[in-house]
Amino acid sequence: MTVSDAVKRDAPEARPAKHKRSWAWLGVMPFFIFTFLFLLYPSSTIVIKSFQDSITHTFTFQNIVTLLHSPYLMQSYWISIKLSLITAIGGGIFGFLLAYAAIRGSLPRFIAAGLMTFSGVASNFAGVPLAFAFIALLSPTGLLIGWMRALGYNPYFHGFTLYTFAGLAIVYMYFQFPLMVLVIAPAIEGMRREWLEASENLGASSFQYWRYVALPILGPALLGTMILLFGNAFGAFATAQALTGGQINLVTIVIGSELRGDVLGNAGVGYALSLGMVVVMALAIIGYTVLQRRTERWLR
Amino acid sequence: MMRGGKVWAWFIMFLGVLYFFLPLLATFIFSLKARLGELSFQAYINIFNSPQFMYNFLASVLWAVFTIIVGILLFVPTAFVIRLRVPKARSSVEFITLLPFVIPPIVYVFGLVRTYSQPPLLIVDSPFLLIAGYTILSMPYMYRSVDTGLRSIDVRTLTEAAQSLGAGWTTILFRVILPNIRTAILSGAFLSFAIVIGELILAQYLVKPAFAPYMAYVMQQKAFEPAAMAIVSFALTWIAMGIISLIGRGQQVQVAGGR
Repeated sequence: MTVSDAVKRDAPEARPAKHKRSWAWLGVMPFFIFTFLFLLYPSSTIVIKSFQDSITHTFTFQNIVTLLHSPYLMQSYWISIKLSLITAIGGGIFGFLLAYAAIRGSLPRFIAAGLMTFSGVASNFAGVPLAFAFIALLSPTGLLIGWMRALGYNPYFHGFTLYTFAGLAIVYMYFQFPLMVLVIAPAIEGMRREWLEASENLGASSFQYWRYVALPILGPALLGTMILLFGNAFGAFATAQALTGGQINLVTIVIGSELRGDVLGNAGVGYALSLGMVVVMALAIIGYTVLQRRTERWLR
Repeated sequence: MMRGGKVWAWFIMFLGVLYFFLPLLATFIFSLKARLGELSFQAYINIFNSPQFMYNFLASVLWAVFTIIVGILLFVPTAFVIRLRVPKARSSVEFITLLPFVIPPIVYVFGLVRTYSQPPLLIVDSPFLLIAGYTILSMPYMYRSVDTGLRSIDVRTLTEAAQSLGAGWTTILFRVILPNIRTAILSGAFLSFAIVIGELILAQYLVKPAFAPYMAYVMQQKAFEPAAMAIVSFALTWIAMGIISLIGRGQQVQVAGGR
């Protein structure tokens, strides 16, 4: 009797709490269902089908093996990685110099603010219009090439073309260095003036300040942001597609033409190729996150 | 030493400005050359008089509007519920919202098209798949904007106040929370707009009318019109970013006024 009374008394209190929890979980369900249907499931098929025979659907490593033994596909990774590395390092250095000049170069205040706004716009300006802007500038009939020809130097007579690797690298820089400016600026602002003053008071030269104070602190941030730029270039597709019409052998371009028609002759290899991209991107993001954490230890 | 540093800084800035503006200047000059021997806005007149341009451009605007609506309906309740009731789900939801950064768009579209172009999931021709894809591509920006907006207001107090006045959950969401984070939502919306307008891959591979694929197509056919379109597209990016920074400033004023 007393036990069931206690149960009766407890029940009305316990129920609303349970009710609330189930309602709350219902509230996040649409998000999970939507992202499962349109992000997680389609992406997971890339992993699954990389290890599946495209006809018998049995487990196999054959797609990966075929990918690793195809000089054409491995070369596309290499070109993508080379392009991303060069533009990440080049864009990283130039973006850092720009941000440093604007923030610590004792320039007028409005320049730093203007630079940040421009960087926000320019890092979003990619793809087809960007490709066209550089065609107007650097194609054989472009504005800058016209000026250089008038000065008696035609880069197209010296091995330069806009539509191959070197040209693509120059175009990629346009969205690479603004991203560097945006991401590295807080780290530069976080560097205290006291550190420079202290090292100057102790008789350090400018070189010694950079070698022993500034670079060890900024190092992880610089490296981390360059890794981010690497990922930014590695995943880019539209700019290269619009500029070269798919003539350059980047991984993204190969995946794009594979999607348009079965150019690899084996659907499984297309998945394996995509999986390789995701692995490289995941490594880049993890590297960025780890280095970003190390930076925050100093700059807050 | 200070003076030397300054000259150096000016020089770097000068190079940066050249890199920023030369391509745009070249495009602009080129876009004015549609008439032989004189500078004119003929290319702009041509594109705005072209029914195909308007058709593809308005299609993109339509996709953008639907993407923004789906994004708001999906991410505002999610971020709200997580902040208020299920903080346990926070890390997994944040992980998912950042996934589009890890999966390159072309790889994502590859998976999406392959998944939904075979029975029983044959919806590759449905415009809904395109909108769903755009919603995913803009998710990192939209979700983060909404979440930042919610962080800047006192969600718990507002909700409890509304509840004690007898408001239901839909009333709380749409008449209390939503108006309070509208600036954050607007900035997310304009970012999504910029993304959808400039996006090439999804519309191209799902074979839907859109601005970027049309521009890529015209680029191979004509000379001056694509230059004019590139300028229009750049101006649109500028306008979207300008509005974001404008309403961003408005938000600060509002927060101060609210307190």
